[in-house]
Amino acid sequence: MTTEAGAVPAKETAAAERRGGRERWRRRPEGAVLNVFSHGILIVWALMVGLPLIWVLWSSFKSSGDILGSPWSLPRSFHFENWAHAWERANIGRYFGNTIIVVGCSVIGTMVLGSMAGYVLARFSFPGNRFIYYLFVAGMSFPVFMLVIPLFFVLRDFPGVTLLATYPGLILVYIAFSLPFTVFFMTAFFRTLPTSVAEAAMIDGASHTRTFFQVMLPMAKPGLISIGIFNFLGQWNQYLLPMVLNQNEHHYVLTQGLAQIALQQGYDGDWGGLMAGMVIAMLPVLVVYFLFQRQVQAGLTAGALK
Amino acid sequence: MQHGKYRFIAGFLALPLAVYAIFVISPFVQAFQIAMTDWSGLKGAAKYIGFDNYDKLVHSDEFWNALKHNVIMLVLVPVVTLALGLFFAFMLNVGGRSRRGAVVTGVRGSKFYKFVFFFPQVISITIISVIWFNIYNPDPSDGMLNSLLGAVGLDSLQSAWLGEKSIALACIMLVMIWANVGFYVVLFSAAMASIPRDIYEAALLDGAGRAHTFFRITLPLLWDTVQTGWVYMGIIAMDAFALVQIMSVNMGGPDGATDVVPLRLYQTAFRDSQFGYASAMGIAMLIVTLLFAVLTMRFARRERIEF
Repeated sequence: MTTEAGAVPAKETAAAERRGGRERWRRRPEGAVLNVFSHGILIVWALMVGLPLIWVLWSSFKSSGDILGSPWSLPRSFHFENWAHAWERANIGRYFGNTIIVVGCSVIGTMVLGSMAGYVLARFSFPGNRFIYYLFVAGMSFPVFMLVIPLFFVLRDFPGVTLLATYPGLILVYIAFSLPFTVFFMTAFFRTLPTSVAEAAMIDGASHTRTFFQVMLPMAKPGLISIGIFNFLGQWNQYLLPMVLNQNEHHYVLTQGLAQIALQQGYDGDWGGLMAGMVIAMLPVLVVYFLFQRQVQAGLTAGALK
Repeated sequence: MQHGKYRFIAGFLALPLAVYAIFVISPFVQAFQIAMTDWSGLKGAAKYIGFDNYDKLVHSDEFWNALKHNVIMLVLVPVVTLALGLFFAFMLNVGGRSRRGAVVTGVRGSKFYKFVFFFPQVISITIISVIWFNIYNPDPSDGMLNSLLGAVGLDSLQSAWLGEKSIALACIMLVMIWANVGFYVVLFSAAMASIPRDIYEAALLDGAGRAHTFFRITLPLLWDTVQTGWVYMGIIAMDAFALVQIMSVNMGGPDGATDVVPLRLYQTAFRDSQFGYASAMGIAMLIVTLLFAVLTMRFARRERIEF
């Protein structure tokens, strides 16, 4: 008995010493209470965010009557035809294709033009450098709503060819609207890269253009990935610009198509199809988000961090 | 060499500058011109009318009603979003029970929480609107929220939500907060991670509790990021277009209770073809946004702390 009683405190002190200062948190009663409390709140918020999204997925397998009548029930049987209806009857397939064409071209265009401008502005001093840089950066503060009215007429009355409700028109507008942030980001990024490698390439006889494409661009890959994801998500989810500038149903992108289907539900009532359409529209961004979670989060918050 | 350099610079800048000038700079300049006319969209049919559009705007009850809602959002949405974002980020990064010998740690599963919280940022505002349209469905058994309240016996709390004039705007604001909190959790987490751990450890040794640690250490050191985040969130609050257009009753209803300036502008331009008047609204939006940004920077400025 006595030996045991003596051993216990000794063991405890040893353990406390081993664990060092961290016991201080736990010794305060508020620590334990707060810990339960903080976990509780975090879980509640996670459910608030997660449940509605999972709800869309499981609703896409339910019949339209069940989605409305018992919104919380699990699917009674799997209505895979929702997906087929969405893809064909509700034209989600076509909208999907349109979105791929427009976003694919505009992301590539944004990256190429944005890194070209960013590189020149970061690495070369010439008269007007600062002016052009601030001209680009100022674009970040223009409200899109203010630009959208004149832009409508710029596209409609474009000399020689109307760009309104065409792929090239939308692509060019997406590129132009993504340039301010892309140029801002890439200029900052190229400034952080060492100059010695480019100088070595020049001494070896590479031209400026070749140095850019074969030396600098590969070195800028981490930055390109961040800003590429940023632009992809922003352009994939863009709503206002296509709403105004792309009013031809054959060229609708996904956000427009879904909004139209949603606004028509009062007449059609194909909720199952709408849910399946939303899942289809979310899939590409979900894949990107799952695969590149860290880069997505870093890319989207990059502008707000110093 | 010099010659080649300038040719290279011109070659690389020409295309980006041209695209940017045609589709961003020129519309920006034209907006001011169009706002001075009574243009209805026909080529060459615009008549110069000076500041009449602005005069009409100042005397329009509809416009003030919409602007009032934007200003309410501008004040409330950033406060709540940033407060929740800071709170969650603090919990995730500093609020955990200590383990593995570290004095300051995040809660278990903080990566998972960040993953879930951030989710609404990557999906389209259209999809968010449709989801919340179903959550707010006024029918007691069809609506997700109402049927949930009914199931737990809180029938008295069931409501028409977006159909209820007094709370419709609050419902819209809740969706904005819901969608954006995750962004700030991730943003503030990144900023908190750059605060040296020994500052926390020193505070702990001096006997500071969590509340103290938060208000005396975390918040002052994050102030720059909070300020930037405030401006970002304010710009989002000036928008709200897609949410109101897709979710609200009769676009901006009931009875104008959720109307916002972007929706007014959109309807005035593309439904009523009053492009001059709508452009004046756009310029009013630019002024409010800039005013907001300047005021935020002016009043939130503090001594910058280097660490």
